[in-house]
Amino acid sequence: MSAPTLEVRNLKTHFFTRAGVVKAVDDVSFTVESGKVLGLVGESGSGKTVTGFSILGLVDAPGRIAGGQILFKGRDLATLPEAEMRGLRGNRIAMIFQDPMMTLNPVLRIDTQMIETVQAHAKVSREEARQRSRDALGQVGIPSPDERLKAYPHQFSGGMRQRVAIAIALLHKPDVIVADEPTTALDVTIQGQILAEAQKLCAQFGTALVWITHDLSVVAGLADDIAVMYAGKVVESGPVTQVLDAPLHPYTLGLIGSVPSRNKRGEPLRQIPGMTPSLLNLPAGCAFRSRCPRAEPGCAEPPPMAEYRPGQHARCIHPHQEAVAA
Amino acid sequence: MSQTLTAPPAVATLAEPIIELRGVSKRFSKTLDFAGRIAQRLGAKLRDEVVHAVDGVDLTIRKGEVVGLVGESGCGKSTLGRMVAGIMPPSDGTILWRGRDLRSLNAAEARNAKLRTQMIFQDPYASLNPRLKVQEIVGEAPLFHGMARRNEIEIYVDEQLRRAGLDPALKRRYPHQFSGGQRQRIGIARALAVQPEFLVCDEAVAALDVSIQAQILNLFMKLRRELDLTYLFISHDLGVVEHLSDRVVIMYLGRVVEEAPAEEVFRHPNHPYTKALLAEVPRIEARKRAFAGVKGEIPSPLNPPSGCHFHPRCPFAFDRCRIERPALKQIAPGHRSACHLNDAA
Repeated sequence: MSAPTLEVRNLKTHFFTRAGVVKAVDDVSFTVESGKVLGLVGESGSGKTVTGFSILGLVDAPGRIAGGQILFKGRDLATLPEAEMRGLRGNRIAMIFQDPMMTLNPVLRIDTQMIETVQAHAKVSREEARQRSRDALGQVGIPSPDERLKAYPHQFSGGMRQRVAIAIALLHKPDVIVADEPTTALDVTIQGQILAEAQKLCAQFGTALVWITHDLSVVAGLADDIAVMYAGKVVESGPVTQVLDAPLHPYTLGLIGSVPSRNKRGEPLRQIPGMTPSLLNLPAGCAFRSRCPRAEPGCAEPPPMAEYRPGQHARCIHPHQEAVAA
Repeated sequence: MSQTLTAPPAVATLAEPIIELRGVSKRFSKTLDFAGRIAQRLGAKLRDEVVHAVDGVDLTIRKGEVVGLVGESGCGKSTLGRMVAGIMPPSDGTILWRGRDLRSLNAAEARNAKLRTQMIFQDPYASLNPRLKVQEIVGEAPLFHGMARRNEIEIYVDEQLRRAGLDPALKRRYPHQFSGGQRQRIGIARALAVQPEFLVCDEAVAALDVSIQAQILNLFMKLRRELDLTYLFISHDLGVVEHLSDRVVIMYLGRVVEEAPAEEVFRHPNHPYTKALLAEVPRIEARKRAFAGVKGEIPSPLNPPSGCHFHPRCPFAFDRCRIERPALKQIAPGHRSACHLNDAA
């Protein structure tokens, strides 16, 4: 097989602020194959959204990609001229945001926005573009797409808006979709519907999907592989089953322990003490050191990413190799 | 923080009810403006818009209990919480505080009832005054209500902060200097400062990261043991509710559709909506599962479906569901459900 659809290698996205350099993304690597789903998991401020923005080339000043490669079918997006990036963005690579109103223009009708998107990348007539937009709306399960095309974004409910945003992302059947917390603002039953659509689309079009979320339970049901981020770094990555059943990194173990359904009812949740450190002021060595129950003097050195089990990597010098999460 | 690993006290089923709702409803109406009224008089089909946020809810919360109130957005769970907390009067029905109608209380008694019930909100930033220091936020109410004298308020505030897991040394800071989890702790310290016995938590952990959420949930459970608190825990997150609650109440479009002890709800859900909701909850144990999704959207409370509100999305709906509102009936001890299917069986 040739190059994977998306390969991120040692990506570094730094923000050069007056208060200092914020290393929002600091050495992140992962690979997504066609038709596969990668769950990018982390808490607020872990750098997962900035990773997504970097892939799309949407990082604004004072931030910039300070190192590493983003290989899309072998082409490095990090060094691609903006003109070429524009040809790919929305065409071969698309993004779905947490708040669909970020994608949708509130003063334009849905058809205007969708036809514009189609015609931006394909030389087709207006009628043909409308046809494609209609089909895309139908694909994501919007009833009576012909009428809905004439509506404004505010006339849709939250779940429907997110569907429209997904439909727009799908217009050109992209090879990569980066979805940034697309179901976080939605209700459980609506979230179920959107996840079902996402699964179907991946299987149907062979799209490589990067699903950014803070919710481990969503990733458990959806993803093939998982990458856990903490303070700008991927601290653990591997196949979903392995990472969730036998986490190597103490942070992953802590995260899984914090999920209420994993704990016995009424008993205290296993919590991670303390809070995420400020990215401006990261401790030297392992960033999780101050919250880690296994921390030892050796953790003051930055731990390397190492493969402890086939396909399962962790950035830790004393991983839970023996333990299987209860 | 030391952790004592005792199970929560078993709730005596016949503990005294701390609050009782009987047929409580809340309607919000938007009356027509001047132009609308003229248009109406000229024959336009305009009506006042009425939202039945809460529609005839009966609910009893007993002393020492943790009741989880679950529902999706727009189902009226926050409105119900506000009425229980006494910061919003019901449009219909009665609320009994320790067996007495809230409206029959005299001013002093009503104030006491309100003080004994405190609320913790979802957005810990919006619910804290950004211009007050933490010590003022926490100390204001107890000072006003005479629970602490001015010369001892500092010690009093320190104690509240410590109990909520905050370092009292931070009390001269402003809310913006804290993280989300810490702000939620300030909200908790403020609520506890007036010595309540009943806390209404409205999505109190929804805005927090998983690891911080676990810390706050543990704090709630610790406080329950230490202070013998009663909770109404409002959340859309079934995992959180399952973990914390003794009893779970499920709402859909303003009505209670099912009510049962927590284990019972999760093991033997009765109402089709509850079943659908449980099936859709992503679980960390379930790998690479097929998501199916309940069909349809949540209807608008402006124009709810006739009969059973859930019937347009319900796979088992039959004629009666479209016409008649199902009553909340007992189907097992302590387990009530509002579904016509239970009559047919």
